[in-house]
Amino acid sequence: MSLSPDQIQRIAHLARIAVTPAEAEELGVQLNRVLALVDELQQTDTAGVAPMSHALESVLPGGQRLRPDAVVEPDRREEFLAIAPAVDAGLYLVPKVIE
Amino acid sequence: MLNATLAELGSALAAKRISSVELTELFLARAAALNGSLNAFITIDRERSLADARAADAKRAQGHAGPLTGIPLAHKDIFCTRGILTSCGSRMLANFVSPYDAHVIERFGAAGAVLLGKTNMDEFAMGSSNETSYYGPVHNPWDLQRVPGGSSGGSAAAVAARMAPAATGTDTGGSIRQPAALAGVSGLKPTYGVVSRYGMVAFASSLDQGGPLAKGAADLALLMNAMAGFDARDSTSLDRPAEDYARELDRPVAGLRIGLPREYFGDGVDADSLARVREAIAWFEAQGAKAVEITLANTKMAVPVYYVLALAEASSNLSRFDGARYGHRAGDPKDVLDMYCRTRAEGFGAEVKRRILIGTYVLSHGYYDAYYLQAQKVRRLIAQDFTQAFRDCDVIMGPTAPATAFRIGEKSADPVQMYLGDVFTVPASLAGLPAISVPCGFDSRGLPVGLQITGNHFAEAALLGVAHRYQQASDWHSRVPKETPL
Repeated sequence: MSLSPDQIQRIAHLARIAVTPAEAEELGVQLNRVLALVDELQQTDTAGVAPMSHALESVLPGGQRLRPDAVVEPDRREEFLAIAPAVDAGLYLVPKVIE
Repeated sequence: MLNATLAELGSALAAKRISSVELTELFLARAAALNGSLNAFITIDRERSLADARAADAKRAQGHAGPLTGIPLAHKDIFCTRGILTSCGSRMLANFVSPYDAHVIERFGAAGAVLLGKTNMDEFAMGSSNETSYYGPVHNPWDLQRVPGGSSGGSAAAVAARMAPAATGTDTGGSIRQPAALAGVSGLKPTYGVVSRYGMVAFASSLDQGGPLAKGAADLALLMNAMAGFDARDSTSLDRPAEDYARELDRPVAGLRIGLPREYFGDGVDADSLARVREAIAWFEAQGAKAVEITLANTKMAVPVYYVLALAEASSNLSRFDGARYGHRAGDPKDVLDMYCRTRAEGFGAEVKRRILIGTYVLSHGYYDAYYLQAQKVRRLIAQDFTQAFRDCDVIMGPTAPATAFRIGEKSADPVQMYLGDVFTVPASLAGLPAISVPCGFDSRGLPVGLQITGNHFAEAALLGVAHRYQQASDWHSRVPKETPL
C-alpha cells in the first residue's frame, strides 16, 4: 500500500492539518516507509485470536471500573476561560460556524 | 550532595546538616550552569522552587517530614503543573499554564518534595531521541554530540548530569527505559494502571504510564511509594492496596530464574551492548540465580503493532488541540475549518504530524480491519508470549536498546530507523508489564549500556530488589558523565 499526494491531502483533511503540496510530497515518502513497516503485520496468522484492546484486560477480568454518575467536579469556569485564545461573556469565541 | 542517593539526602535533611533551601539552591545552581549545554530543562522557576523548599523546611520544623520532604525533583513537561508552563515539548502548548496539577504532581507536593523544574521531551512524547522537541534537542551528558534518548530525554539527562537528584517521566513504548539506558541512569515503567494518568498529557491512552528516573533502584522505590496509588479521576487507575516498593530491596537473588529471550540476543544488537548485558547476567548467575532460555516469538511484530495502536490512539487524543479552548490558535482564521487546519499545521511539529496522519489513515474507512484490528490481535499474541514465558522464569533480562546513544541528526531522515530502536521496550508496554532499565557498563566509546529487567504484572518491588542487589555490587549507576564533572 502506497499513498499518493492526493491521498495524503485527503488524510490531512480528515486530521484537520493544513498540508502544502510540497509537504505532501515529502510526507508521502516518509509515510510510505512507515506503512511498509506496519504492513508486516499481515504476515501473522491471527485466525481465532480475539483483539486485545487494553493492557488491563489481563489483570482486570471484570473490565474497567465505573464511577457513580454524580457531580464531583467543582465549577472552575473562570480559570479555564482565562487560558482560552478568545472569550466573551463566559463563552469560547470561534469563527462563525452557521451563516 | 550532588551525587547522593535520596535516602542520603533525606538523612542529611533530617540531621539538619543541610536545609531544603540550601539543597534546592545547590541543584538550581547546577541546573542553571549546565542547561545551556544540555538543554535538559524547558522551565526552571527559581522562585517557585525556593518557595517549595521553604515550605518543606517549615514542615520539617513542625515534625511532619517524610522521606521525600525537602528533596528537589524534576518533572517531565508532560505533567500539568498549576501556575507554571506545561508545554509537552510543543509549540501547540507553548503558552499553556494548566489550571490544575497532575495527580503525580499532587502526590509529590503532598510528600513535601520541591519542584525543581520541568524537563525537555520529545513533542507530545513522540520520539526516541528528544530531537522532536519544539525547544530543541537535549544533549547527552556522556557525549554532547549524541542524543539522550527519548521521549523522557530531558529527565534522563538531568539525572545523569546531577542537575536533579531524580525525575519523573512517562513511558508509552519505552520513553522512560530507553533514555535511562542511553543516559546511564535507572528508570522504571510500572504496570499499566499503577500510576494515575490524571493531568498527564495523553499520547496513547492504552499504553501511557508515568514512572520515575533516578540514579539507582533504591531511589526509584522511594519515588514509587509517593507516585503510585489509586486515583478515581483516571478510569484506568487500579484500586489496589498501597504497597511499599522498597520491601524487597534486600532480598537475595539466589534461586531467581532469569529468562533470556533468544529474540533479544541475536543479530541487530550492538556487540558491546550484548557483552555488557551478558556480563551482568553472569553476575546474577554467580549469586545463585539461574538463567533459562525462553522465547518471545512475536517480538519482531511488536514495533509494527505499537506503531499502529499508539498512532491510532494519538490521532484521537490529539484531536483536542483545535485552537478553541487553550494553546495555540492561528491568526485571522477565515472560518472554523481554517482555524483548525492552520492551528494544527502551525502548532504541531513534523513527527507529530506524521504520527497523526498515520493514525488517521489506519482508522479510516476500509483500512480499520487490516491495520487496527489486526494489530490488536497480534497484541494479544505478544501478551500471551509473556504469560507463557513467566511459567518458566521470574524475570526477563536483555538489552534495553539495540545500541548505545546515536548522534544527533543520525536517524532524523528516516522515521522507520528510529522506530526499530524501540524493539525491546514496546513489548512490555503492549502487555502492560512493569520493566526497569539499569546501567550495566559502557561500550568502547564510553557510552552507557542499559540492562532491561521485565517482570510479571505488579512485580515492581521484585524488579527493584533485583536491580538494587546488582547496584550494591556495581557502580555503573553512580558514575558521573565526563562532560558534566562534579
